[in-house]
Amino acid sequence: MKLTLKVWRQKNNADKGGFVSYPIDGISTDMSFLEMLDVLNEELTEKGEDPVHFDHDCREGICGMCSLYINGKPHGPQQTTTCQLHMRSFSDGDTITIEPWRAAAFPVVKDLVVDRSAFDRIIQSGGYVSVNTGGVPDANEIPIPKTIADEAFDAATCIGCGACVAACKNASAMLFTSAKISQLAMLPQGKVERKARAEKMIAQMDAEGFGACTNTGACSAECPKGISLTNIARMNREYFSAVLSSENV
Amino acid sequence: MAGLGTKPVDTNHPEFEKAVKGVKDKISKLLGIKGTKSVDYFHKKLGKIMWNDCGMARTAEGLTRAKAEIKALRAEFWKDVKVLGENEELNQSLEKAHRVADFLELGELMVDDALNRNESCGGHFREEYQTPEGEALRDDENFAYVAAWKYQGDEQEELLEKEPLVFENVKLTQRSYK
Repeated sequence: MKLTLKVWRQKNNADKGGFVSYPIDGISTDMSFLEMLDVLNEELTEKGEDPVHFDHDCREGICGMCSLYINGKPHGPQQTTTCQLHMRSFSDGDTITIEPWRAAAFPVVKDLVVDRSAFDRIIQSGGYVSVNTGGVPDANEIPIPKTIADEAFDAATCIGCGACVAACKNASAMLFTSAKISQLAMLPQGKVERKARAEKMIAQMDAEGFGACTNTGACSAECPKGISLTNIARMNREYFSAVLSSENV
Repeated sequence: MAGLGTKPVDTNHPEFEKAVKGVKDKISKLLGIKGTKSVDYFHKKLGKIMWNDCGMARTAEGLTRAKAEIKALRAEFWKDVKVLGENEELNQSLEKAHRVADFLELGELMVDDALNRNESCGGHFREEYQTPEGEALRDDENFAYVAAWKYQGDEQEELLEKEPLVFENVKLTQRSYK
């Protein structure tokens, strides 16, 4: 198939950047979106032009690295990661607009690559369980209802790609933060530090410059792992009760 | 690692300076070649050689051919690779070029190792060494060792260091699915 790609090019963070149109031909419907970009990059390299920079790693839909905003939707028209989007989702002659994640908290590094270390800092602020390693107790010593374990697991499937932030009109990171807080607050080992965790992670989230949540729900609708909006409600409850009985007075 | 503390480590050391210079030289070299073929071109060519002659079933003839092809491809890479962009910005072509340079070295090593091991064992299947039913035929008398290859320099052949495998409580036998 023949396509026209409108790609965001930006030399570095200081550069204003802009769209460049690239006609491309000979794209098989079986190709993944990223394979199509590889074809474009080989053509650009052949011509001596700097190839389009974009993030990718596993190319299997599980690592959370790929992050393209395609035709106005994070990861494009299907509810999947960019690397698992195939060209059969487009038609011959289409124009495809490709942009990086747009958020003040995700500064552009180059072309379609953004800096998502804000997410790392949120996790570092409390998205873990503190344990002195040593003898490990048997996992089945603490009984957990299957429904709770399943719900915690669903929250844990977040891959930290940032599509939620890109989808949100406010660039809010509530879905990402709430998924981690939920996953840990529901399980016995995570319950111990739940108050401090909620306070610290939300403080970090705010400090990074993410927007506020207005319960639009675009985040959950676009999430490639289908993380539920219920996690945001759960986090709000965690935060409210943490603040009421806070040790930070 | 916990004992390292949080003070910055002093980098005043000849080995450190040598390492930094080595990396900077390699980066300048890759960017300076300004050849005609992309990094992906070499990556794909190497992939085909490995798939065809150092894959699931190997022969001495195929491996010998692969070694010559990889040596030639590696020489071509260092004379004709095209890496666009600069060092001072994020440069994915430069990152890939480093990886493919490593793969060319590793590919040749894998072929050398496969040629050296004149038996079939585990994932290494040499067509010349199989049982009448087509199963792997090991040669425990001569090859019951782990092959550790020692780097001797870029243009030198690597040196084989044998780490013998001695089984005290298990008797080595032929696996059978019958």
